[in-house]
Amino acid sequence: MNPLPVLLGKIVRIASRLRGGGSALPGLVVERLDPGFMGRALSALPHGVVVVSGTNGKTTTTKMVVELLEGQGLSVFTNRTGSNFTRGVAAALLGEVDWRGRLVADVAVLELDEAHAVHFVKLVPPKYSLLLNVLRDQLDRFGEIDATTRLLERIATATTGTVVLNREDPRVAGIASSLTQARAVYFGLDESLRSTFPNDDELRGAEGTAPAAALPADVVLSAVEGDSAEFDIDGLRVSTGLRLRGVYNIFNAAAALAAARAVLGGAADIDRLLRSLAAVEPAFGRGESILVDGRPLELVLVKNPSGFRLGLKSFDPAGHATMIAINDNYADGRDMSWLWDVDFDSLGAAGVDMVSGARAYDMALRLKYDAVRIGGVEPDITAALKAFITGSAGQPRRIFCTYTAMLAVRRELSKIAKVEVVS
Amino acid sequence: MSDALSAGALSEPAADPSKGSLRILQLYPRDMNIYGDYGNVLVLKQRLAWRGYGAEILEHNVGDSFPSDVDLVVGGGGQDSGQVVIQDDLQSVAPTLRGLAEDGTPMLVICGMYQLFGTVFRTYDGIDIPGINVLDLETRGGSERLIGNVVATSTEFGEVHGYENHSGQTFLGDGVSPLGTVLKGAGNNTEDQYEGARYRNVVASYLHGSLLPKNPAVADFLLRTAAKRKFGSFDDDGLDDSLAELARKHAAERPR
Ligand SMILES: [Zn+2]
Repeated sequence: MNPLPVLLGKIVRIASRLRGGGSALPGLVVERLDPGFMGRALSALPHGVVVVSGTNGKTTTTKMVVELLEGQGLSVFTNRTGSNFTRGVAAALLGEVDWRGRLVADVAVLELDEAHAVHFVKLVPPKYSLLLNVLRDQLDRFGEIDATTRLLERIATATTGTVVLNREDPRVAGIASSLTQARAVYFGLDESLRSTFPNDDELRGAEGTAPAAALPADVVLSAVEGDSAEFDIDGLRVSTGLRLRGVYNIFNAAAALAAARAVLGGAADIDRLLRSLAAVEPAFGRGESILVDGRPLELVLVKNPSGFRLGLKSFDPAGHATMIAINDNYADGRDMSWLWDVDFDSLGAAGVDMVSGARAYDMALRLKYDAVRIGGVEPDITAALKAFITGSAGQPRRIFCTYTAMLAVRRELSKIAKVEVVS
Repeated sequence: MSDALSAGALSEPAADPSKGSLRILQLYPRDMNIYGDYGNVLVLKQRLAWRGYGAEILEHNVGDSFPSDVDLVVGGGGQDSGQVVIQDDLQSVAPTLRGLAEDGTPMLVICGMYQLFGTVFRTYDGIDIPGINVLDLETRGGSERLIGNVVATSTEFGEVHGYENHSGQTFLGDGVSPLGTVLKGAGNNTEDQYEGARYRNVVASYLHGSLLPKNPAVADFLLRTAAKRKFGSFDDDGLDDSLAELARKHAAERPR
């Protein structure tokens, strides 16, 4: 094997880091010079590759699976930077492989965007896949929810070992019937929690289409109480405290537990899994908290109706100053119709102090029709953030934002407060 | 701050249905509601409330009996699979819908329901799915998906703003007129410049966004027509649509 492409890729990677550039270029270089690089590096791993995909919760769930496996003593390769594309994986690999292109790890856990995962699994068939949900998101990219389902189905059929499926999402659960080589394992919700997680079909009070507990699940989220949760694992009731916030993160903890158990098989130590889970911190922008002039400011990423609904449900507006920033760049999705599938009544009492982003007026119009008080509208995020921070002195703050709006908010916040740096 | 708004400017009088109520029927919200179609119903309901009218929101889903005394009909977009699910039921209520449309009932049909209101949908594979013949138009499945922001201009409503996402291409017959002419985006198809269709008091369009929030002129046309038919008059108090104006202005500046 010729080590030159790997070396060149590593050099480009270092150079582009020094320039402060993106993470994809070095991946492109090695991909062009040595197309087999990624497949070779990943297929040699003793526990193989785990792919995490679905509409919502990929980043946090990937982080959980990684920490659960690390807690059991495995060395894990992951694409931590959130560049969830094949090229981003190749770039991340360059940072980890030795000069001969060998990756020293037991297992790889990769967050992959639905469309790119399909491309990826052709190059590297995963041993495990964890499919979280199919929700309405970025239909401007995928066309239809059913088309997104078919993308996940292709990940599942390429998987060689175990496919972990969300029992409560009818589109995801249905994928089991198309499996030919892998076995299906489920994670799920107790009956009593099901109404907390409406899927898109149940958006407007329609009858639930979720298959009831008919399918046996390996891990079931059975109760959520404040910041602790109970799970039924393989029939055993266990409970643990959590640092993660938001009901959707806690449901994804059930997903991560099921995936970790699939990888570890009989070797999984449940007590230790729970200890690892309890220590997981929220990922970038998923309910993380930053201190701004001594007061917490929470960033909540919202990118589709179900995510926004769960975000509103998970974070009580009382006592908080609230800002919403909605952009419509490619990464956010250009179509604003999703804002009309979220109920904002819960913000009615406290109101929204500032509305910002390229589509600030679409958002403000949405709030107007739910009779939510608006403090101000300012499309420019820098100006809006300044006015919001000044106007809410002494209060805890919360900002709901789309992906690129969150990047802009963090860029501005880093000028006035300490913010975690993500490459 | 350039566009600061006082709290008072946004909170308008609460609902007082003293002037009477309109019965608004949502067609198949369970299976055809994926692009914020509820937003259209919410806008109708709130604009009535702000003017002192009430709104009774009715639903017709597969298997329901069709409600009586409907004043206004709203139908939304669905996935291809949703259109298949409602197909038989829709055919069974087709004569009723045709009767209502001929009689002058105002209707708003978007995307998938717009297609089904025509004569036929010819799929990309050459299969003919019959429509319900309310509108003289036909749709052909295309290989290309038309997605993005749209601005159209209409003699009746001025500029119409919205977002399209469809692969079916619709061609108008002589019995209908276009809703507007496209300034930005594709609209009905990639061949002519038309967007949507108009027939009696039916407004059909590919645009979601939702359509009505940013196009209050269309919302008020539907409401005025329904109220005049039912009460003989419509108390057409001008509402403060400055936020909608700003949302239109900013939307028009965004990329396709
Ligand atoms: Zn549509």
